[in-house]
Amino acid sequence: MTDPHSGSFRKRISRRGFLAASLLLSTGRARAEAPTPLTFDTLYSEFGVRGLVFSPIVKASAGRAVSIVGYMAPPLKAEAAFFVLTREPLAICPFCQSDADWPSDIVVVRLAAASAIVSAGTRVTVTGRLEVGSAVDPDTGFVSQLRIVDAQYRRGP
Amino acid sequence: MLERILLTTVVLAAGWAAPAAAQTIYPINRAEILAGSKFDLKVEFPGAPMASDVKVTVNGKDAAEVFGKRPMIVEWEDGNKLTAYWLRNVSLPKAGKIEVEAKVGGKSEKVAWEVYGTPKRVAKNVIFFLGDGFSIAHRTAARIMSKGLHEGKYGGELSFDDMPHMALVSTAGTDSIVTDSANGMSAYMTGHKSCVNALGVYCASNKNTLDHPKVETMGDILRRKTKMSIGVVTNSEIEDATPAGVVAHTRKRSDFNDIVEMFYDVKPDVIMGGGSPNWLPKSTPGSKRKDETDYIKKFQDAGYAFVATKTEMNKAVAEGKTKILGLYNTGNIDGALDLKYLKKGSVSKFPDQPDVAEETRAAIAALSKNPDGFFLMVESARIDKYSHSLDPERALFDTIMLGNAVQAAKDFAAKHPDTLIIVTADHAHPVSIIGTYNDDTPGQTPREKLGTYAEAVEPNYGAVDAEGYPSNIDVSKRIGFAFGTSPDTCFNAKPYLDGENVPAVAGATKGTYVENPKACERPGAVHITGNLPFDASSGVHSGDDVLLTAMGPGSEALHGRIDNSYVFRVMATALGLAK
Ligand SMILES: [Zn+2]
Repeated sequence: MTDPHSGSFRKRISRRGFLAASLLLSTGRARAEAPTPLTFDTLYSEFGVRGLVFSPIVKASAGRAVSIVGYMAPPLKAEAAFFVLTREPLAICPFCQSDADWPSDIVVVRLAAASAIVSAGTRVTVTGRLEVGSAVDPDTGFVSQLRIVDAQYRRGP
Repeated sequence: MLERILLTTVVLAAGWAAPAAAQTIYPINRAEILAGSKFDLKVEFPGAPMASDVKVTVNGKDAAEVFGKRPMIVEWEDGNKLTAYWLRNVSLPKAGKIEVEAKVGGKSEKVAWEVYGTPKRVAKNVIFFLGDGFSIAHRTAARIMSKGLHEGKYGGELSFDDMPHMALVSTAGTDSIVTDSANGMSAYMTGHKSCVNALGVYCASNKNTLDHPKVETMGDILRRKTKMSIGVVTNSEIEDATPAGVVAHTRKRSDFNDIVEMFYDVKPDVIMGGGSPNWLPKSTPGSKRKDETDYIKKFQDAGYAFVATKTEMNKAVAEGKTKILGLYNTGNIDGALDLKYLKKGSVSKFPDQPDVAEETRAAIAALSKNPDGFFLMVESARIDKYSHSLDPERALFDTIMLGNAVQAAKDFAAKHPDTLIIVTADHAHPVSIIGTYNDDTPGQTPREKLGTYAEAVEPNYGAVDAEGYPSNIDVSKRIGFAFGTSPDTCFNAKPYLDGENVPAVAGATKGTYVENPKACERPGAVHITGNLPFDASSGVHSGDDVLLTAMGPGSEALHGRIDNSYVFRVMATALGLAK
């Protein structure tokens, strides 16, 4: 079976050659660096009822290239360029499938190009540029704290 | 364009030649309404007739006259081909039979309601326990685990078994034969049945989930009419369906951020559970709000002690606080098996969470300071969640925990006999005790190990601790606790010592679930072909009746087979809420 590898950053450039120069610069830098490996255990230095505190490594990696291993959770909408990465494969309550029920330590992944979805039981390694801080997805209303953008993924750790 | 409109009209007219959809009236036929309680009267006239052509009467009189209010009539409401007639926030003060008639053109549709009054108040306090998904087999298996079964007799009673009154409760909603926790709880808290996923509303055609016709909740009524204290205690996220049922009005139970606001509107004196992210302003990492409102701060400003651990909770109670907001986890509070023995789940992140029994004791201590009495709702939420995940030991530990919480209420009632205690479930799970898994029999797989009938020998769980939990569940003879439904999964009939079972995971095809490969790696695991639709990720609820036990003033009304909505009537009657 072939690896459902996502489209690369370069493909996106060729398809959308009018990309703003600033984006080109920032993502270009992200690609040039060796990605900093993150793990779900090191995303937050404090994990409490009153909120989470980003770990120093996450703060230092904001805007830079990172990689992280996790499980692909089904996206809220059939949009294959957007999925949620979770620490463990999710068992989702059949009646509460909304962003309200996701674990707190999820990472939203925006792929550089649309791609096939793999089973949530499959571990994937995601590489891309880290965005840090609360954001509401304009299309889905999905609230996230950490996003990996211009991302690609491969099966396995 | 004109041609197309004409064509549409012709098609419409042809459509109407067939039997037309009737007017729909909310509250629906056979509704039982507490005298003086508030509700929204809505009539939907299909076909979007002109506002001037619709007429609604109550016992033959114009409804607007009866309620002393002008109706709001909306043609093509929300773009739907109907005319909506609204009289919001009305009430009927006197007991009696009510007939509501909705007329348009020559067509008439009628519903009958019963408005009931209540005699003198007999209970000072009401404590309502809800084991979410708590079914007969949970009860029996928890009794075997906690009290032991020898030569066909138990070593003791669970606290909820040992009550003078018992009833069989039917839980179906207005829309289907199987309910969920939202409309299940809504029936108990409003006296009106509703549809799957809905809380404190009838399910009309409205597009906005918050616009559906509302009925008053127990929380609303107590706040509006009495000086009683109100407590809402759970080990799920506090915005989840069951605790939300005390205060919420929404067609969609996952409107969590709105539900937090509804908690603020009613302000129960004691609020305890998990689910803090919906209380934190958007800019706080970990928040799930879409605005910058800090609800923890708002409650503190309203005089609440905010507590985030068991230690803080007990300290607030010791200091005599009567308004307590306790949020002990970002998600659900861990279940008893993880809290007490295995330390899995989120226990390492949240090492000082109270269990439901400890929450109940704290809540009773705070609420019982009110000379006007209190209403407390306590939920053991994860009996249901662990039954969805096909994880018997966790579901059974949380059933034992429910028993401990009920015991705390019985201890209080022993000194305060004017307390009505009710223990029931919102819906069932398809669970049954089918035998004993016995590792002493040869073979590795579940079918080789399952002893049935005479081979269903007594289990050998470890000695029971002071709280009634077996000290060891990883034993050679275990209850064969079967789930009647599953997605495709793997199963080895052993307890899940490394964390809650995850039976299935999302498949590569959107909307499908496949067996969790990790579950298939467990020793002796066999593949189980699911019997559920392919979009089911876990076990589902069942439409079976559930059991209710009760004690204290007013509980004698609970016997035989009853509807879930009737339990509200019994509580409202005991508290004399129609006055
Ligand atoms: Zn459930």
